[in-house]
Amino acid sequence: MSDVVERTLGVLPALLGQHEPGAGPGGAGGPHRLSASSRLGSLIRNITALTSKHEEEKLIQQEITSLKAMVSAPTTSLRLMKECMVRLIYCEMLGYESSFGYIHAIKLAQQGNLLEKRVGYLAVSLFLHENHELLLLLVNTVVKDLQSTNLVEVSMALTIVSQIFPREMIPAVLPLIEDKLQHSKEIIRRKAVQALYKFYLIAPNQVQHIHDKFRKALCDRDVGVMAASLHIYLEMIKENSSGYKDLTESFVIILKQVVGGKLPIDFNYHSVPAPWLQIQLLRILGLLGKDDPRTSELMYDVLEESLRRAEINHNITYAILFECVQTIYTIYPKSELLEKAAKCIGKFVLSPQINLKYLGLKALTCVIQQDPNLALEHQMTIIECLDHPDPIIKRETLEILYRITNGHNVVVIVQKMLDYLKETKEEYAIITLAGKIAELAEKYAPNNEWFIQTMNAVFSVGGDVLYPDIPNNFLRLLAEGFDDGKEDKQLRTYAVRSYLALLEEENVFYPQKFLQVMSWVLGEYSSLATDVDPETILTRLHNLLKKTFVTSETKAWIMAAVTKIASRASFSKTVDKLIQEFSSSLDTCMRQHTFELKHLCEDKVLMKGLLPFDASCNDMVVDASLSFLDEFVAEGLGQGAAPYKPHHQRQEEKLSQEKALNFEPYGLSFASSVSSSGIAGRQSPTGLSFGSDTSGNSTEMGHKETNTLKLEGVRKLWGKEGYLPKKESKVGKEDEPQTVSCSSLLARRVAETPVSKSDQVSSLSEEEKEKQQLASTLFVGLGSNANVSLMGKVDLSTQKFKRKSKVDKAQSNEEALNMQNSAASDFGPLVDTVPITKEDCDGDKHTTLRKPSLCSSDTVGETLQSVKKPGLDDKLSDSRLSPLSLFADSNIEILQPSPSSQCENANKTVLLPSLAEELEELPHSEVAELCQSDALALYLCKVWKDDSLLLVVFVSNKNPSALNAVNVVFEKEQHFQILESPACQFPVIEAQSVGHCQKCVRMDKLCTQGVISGFVNYQSEMETHLEFSIPLSLLDFIRPMKMTTEDFGKLWLSLSNDVKQNIKMPSSQDSISAALSVLHQKLKLHIVDIIGNEGILACQLLPSVPCLLHCRTHSGMLALWFRSPCSALPDGLLYQCQKVMEES
Amino acid sequence: MQFMLLFSRQGKLRLQKWYVPLSDKEKKKITRELVQTVLARKPKMCSFLEWRDLKIVYKRYASLYFCCAIEDQDNELITLEIIHRYVELLDKYFGSVCELDIIFNFEKAYFILDEFLLGGEVQETSKKNVLKAIEQADLLQEEAKTPRSVLEEIGLT
Repeated sequence: MSDVVERTLGVLPALLGQHEPGAGPGGAGGPHRLSASSRLGSLIRNITALTSKHEEEKLIQQEITSLKAMVSAPTTSLRLMKECMVRLIYCEMLGYESSFGYIHAIKLAQQGNLLEKRVGYLAVSLFLHENHELLLLLVNTVVKDLQSTNLVEVSMALTIVSQIFPREMIPAVLPLIEDKLQHSKEIIRRKAVQALYKFYLIAPNQVQHIHDKFRKALCDRDVGVMAASLHIYLEMIKENSSGYKDLTESFVIILKQVVGGKLPIDFNYHSVPAPWLQIQLLRILGLLGKDDPRTSELMYDVLEESLRRAEINHNITYAILFECVQTIYTIYPKSELLEKAAKCIGKFVLSPQINLKYLGLKALTCVIQQDPNLALEHQMTIIECLDHPDPIIKRETLEILYRITNGHNVVVIVQKMLDYLKETKEEYAIITLAGKIAELAEKYAPNNEWFIQTMNAVFSVGGDVLYPDIPNNFLRLLAEGFDDGKEDKQLRTYAVRSYLALLEEENVFYPQKFLQVMSWVLGEYSSLATDVDPETILTRLHNLLKKTFVTSETKAWIMAAVTKIASRASFSKTVDKLIQEFSSSLDTCMRQHTFELKHLCEDKVLMKGLLPFDASCNDMVVDASLSFLDEFVAEGLGQGAAPYKPHHQRQEEKLSQEKALNFEPYGLSFASSVSSSGIAGRQSPTGLSFGSDTSGNSTEMGHKETNTLKLEGVRKLWGKEGYLPKKESKVGKEDEPQTVSCSSLLARRVAETPVSKSDQVSSLSEEEKEKQQLASTLFVGLGSNANVSLMGKVDLSTQKFKRKSKVDKAQSNEEALNMQNSAASDFGPLVDTVPITKEDCDGDKHTTLRKPSLCSSDTVGETLQSVKKPGLDDKLSDSRLSPLSLFADSNIEILQPSPSSQCENANKTVLLPSLAEELEELPHSEVAELCQSDALALYLCKVWKDDSLLLVVFVSNKNPSALNAVNVVFEKEQHFQILESPACQFPVIEAQSVGHCQKCVRMDKLCTQGVISGFVNYQSEMETHLEFSIPLSLLDFIRPMKMTTEDFGKLWLSLSNDVKQNIKMPSSQDSISAALSVLHQKLKLHIVDIIGNEGILACQLLPSVPCLLHCRTHSGMLALWFRSPCSALPDGLLYQCQKVMEES
Repeated sequence: MQFMLLFSRQGKLRLQKWYVPLSDKEKKKITRELVQTVLARKPKMCSFLEWRDLKIVYKRYASLYFCCAIEDQDNELITLEIIHRYVELLDKYFGSVCELDIIFNFEKAYFILDEFLLGGEVQETSKKNVLKAIEQADLLQEEAKTPRSVLEEIGLT
């Protein structure tokens, strides 16, 4: 009874508060009008009165305890529950856990009257997120409310659906919401559209079929409904702009009406007509007009009018202006408009209002690549902003400078960036800025000293938050060097000296990454500084090893450096001391490294051979088959040892015995592409390990162990005959974005030639002068007659530190290794099956791929030869004769028309290219024209290879004279990735002939449809630039997957992402086999089995994401059930299935 | 828009609306970090902030900070006006709004926000229409109220 009394007391204040019915619209002023005397009010007041966090915590805990008791008591009325929910929301806002109330919030939404329901829905929307499992319990309530006759209930249900709704339950409410699109009240129609927008965002394929309804919404007589539909259109056009070009005119008309003030006055905001609508439309137009002159043509007028009308001095007009400017710069350019837009940007930049200034800078950043003169125009403002007290302004200014950096101004700009870097403490800013500095330094460094100093600053400030590829790239640059040996030596020597100087200082903390870089460089190149005693270097490193702040990973790097240096010194006291000291170290890794060092020191000859000087880039051969262990294995087997089973096999057996959850894909190896990287290994150029880590039966491929053994960064030094000297492969990253040019590299020294402005300067004050000077150093090299070099544009020739064409080389090496492995496991047919002869490859001069492949063939030959394998040697050496055979096994195939066909082509006026024979046999698309100009035409053919999508681009020269320096460049696209470099260069394309390039494309992010765009530029009389875009669809990346029914069953159980859908069977295909064969033909799905009215199909998304499909027919419907490890894939395929079934 | 936060000059959160699914822990972390960053900025500074990979747009009204997170390509100025329009709506509804109105009637403030912004997008730009929707719901609620006994009120029936 006592608790009843307590509760009664607890509720009393709330009851007293009843006399004041809360706040209403337009209630009397002052806080007393609020329901402040309610229970919530007193809670809030008590909390505000408290002074310490601790007291607050205590109070809230009390509150939560009492709430917990109240919400779970069966006697609590809904009305009271509503109060509780509001208080719970408040507690949660203060950061206290209140998950016990979530379920009651759902209950309240379900059972309450309007008043309570509203709070219940609100609580749900605040407590839960869209992936919360409890949300499923809300679905029924929503369905019920959607069918209600009460407007408010429907509206509440639609509101919640537009905020959070479980993806998989969309089909349950979709028809109801579609009905609401015809509702008589505009608010309901609007919310229904908004709900569909939400569905489009979370599951675009579920609403694919109602696109025509979106169009209806766009034409709705109510402005609000139309505006809501624009959200959907913006998203859809972002995804695929080419599909909605026909709507451009409608959008333009709408915008014209809005701008002309034809909308009801309600939609005005500070006397500007519907600004939100305007901005939305401008954004859509920008997307539609991008790279499309014809569509852009339609919108020039309205854009001009928008610019003209937005003249009141108010934030909202500036918002519209800003959007307008962005649109004008996004669409196909029109010079008058650009001029006006540039003037507009000027208004922003010069504005005394800081917000507008910021946006001006932001706009400059966007357009500076198109119009570098604009930067010159505003140079003084930019200089002022560099010293602005607001770091945000500074940061945006640096972003502009970053984009106008060239060889002339790099020193000043990087200095400014470093200054900012040292000031800021925000991790995200440090990471991005450090990355940019490193990029600029590598690209435009004027000399070695500056480069090393800059990188030192980046490493010491950026520290351990840097992206790992910054130190990696830096080390690779040092290791690979440039074409000039002397220059390399200077750079390395300078690096060594600067690090020694840094290490000399006592009590300075350097980030771990920096220490690792230092120790690697010292280990590799310290002997270049001939006047430095190795003993001093060793002492420095030794001192480092004793420091507590050095992590054990860094210690391993230092030990590696010590070992390398020791190999070059005849005797070293420090090394002895070090060995003694660390032999008993508690750190096992350190102890192991020490023992290795100790043993190596006993055999100097071996040590010298093992650690050759400057060999980090030399190629290495790995006897991945570990054949030298054969004898040992045979002996072991002879003594009754169990044969070796690879890890995955053991795992499988274990799992099949244990019936546990299985995460392995049941012996089906989808990731066959891993093999090469596993063996050749992406090497970080350091880390030592002696002896081979892999142990296995020699018939097993070495790479199977890559799951368990970490081969990365481990030098493989042992082969059958024991130690294999001088072999380490340096494999470039495949995803290396650097474009590699074959032209000769001239490390051009760029002299600082600041533009003289002395005559203007004379009359200015000192400070002004300084600024002028800074300006002249910053903006040198910009402008029309200067050598403009902008980021993102291909301007490699001024780059100082340009990498050699190692990437290609490394890649072909990798392939060589790859092939060698397969040769080791499966000798024979590989070499013989290659149909291409040597004449073939000599005959062609256009194919750029050829060059790296030819020059690497020597290396490959050597590599192959150095594997002393009697019997195999003869066969493999054949491959030297036909270097192209290297590619036969890999993705890259060389395609070229035979010389004779070229001659024929030369006589025709239009050059219609065709695929090479070996590609002709593969499934491929028609050769279609991409774009053309007077001089050349670009054609495309998609080749659907088993393991990749190959885009073959033909560049046909229509001119009677040769075309020089033809560049085909593909732009980066978020969904797709072009393997190797995104560019293709033809030094020359002869008259009336065709050049080819081919690129393998991978889908990085799943999408049903996408576009890769790019451009081709060439030198004829003047430089010409031509753009193109290649539409790609999900189907381009889908391949059949052959498997047995049994495998299918196993795989099916291991996959988790389900999508089920019933689709109507077309009348022409009423049997399951007919339906499946449609899927097989059109979607490239492999039919695994058909049993009765059920069928199973399998396919994979390249490179190796499987998707399984189970179909069943019943009464004219086809029930599709997809499963895949990738959650988006089934949705995408489902959509395609629906499409083909409708079409057939 | 990714989320909207309202907090006082003392750093107390007054309202939070998240349009992206995040865990409670992340939400708390973001709120803490942002409140600190925004409060540390001087009055004459820019209303925009680059924060992680997001843009933060904030504005102070009396003792209350309104703070929105948008994506980089979104329009900062219009976001500033979204905040302003929301304040206008609150003002109209409460009649010269003050922080206390929002503290004590935060659920009302949420209702208004939901009529104005839905799922992170502007739903209705007409001030009249938003208020009409709210009033309608309020009105229906008043009608739905049925007199109850004191006993029922305290949960004894």
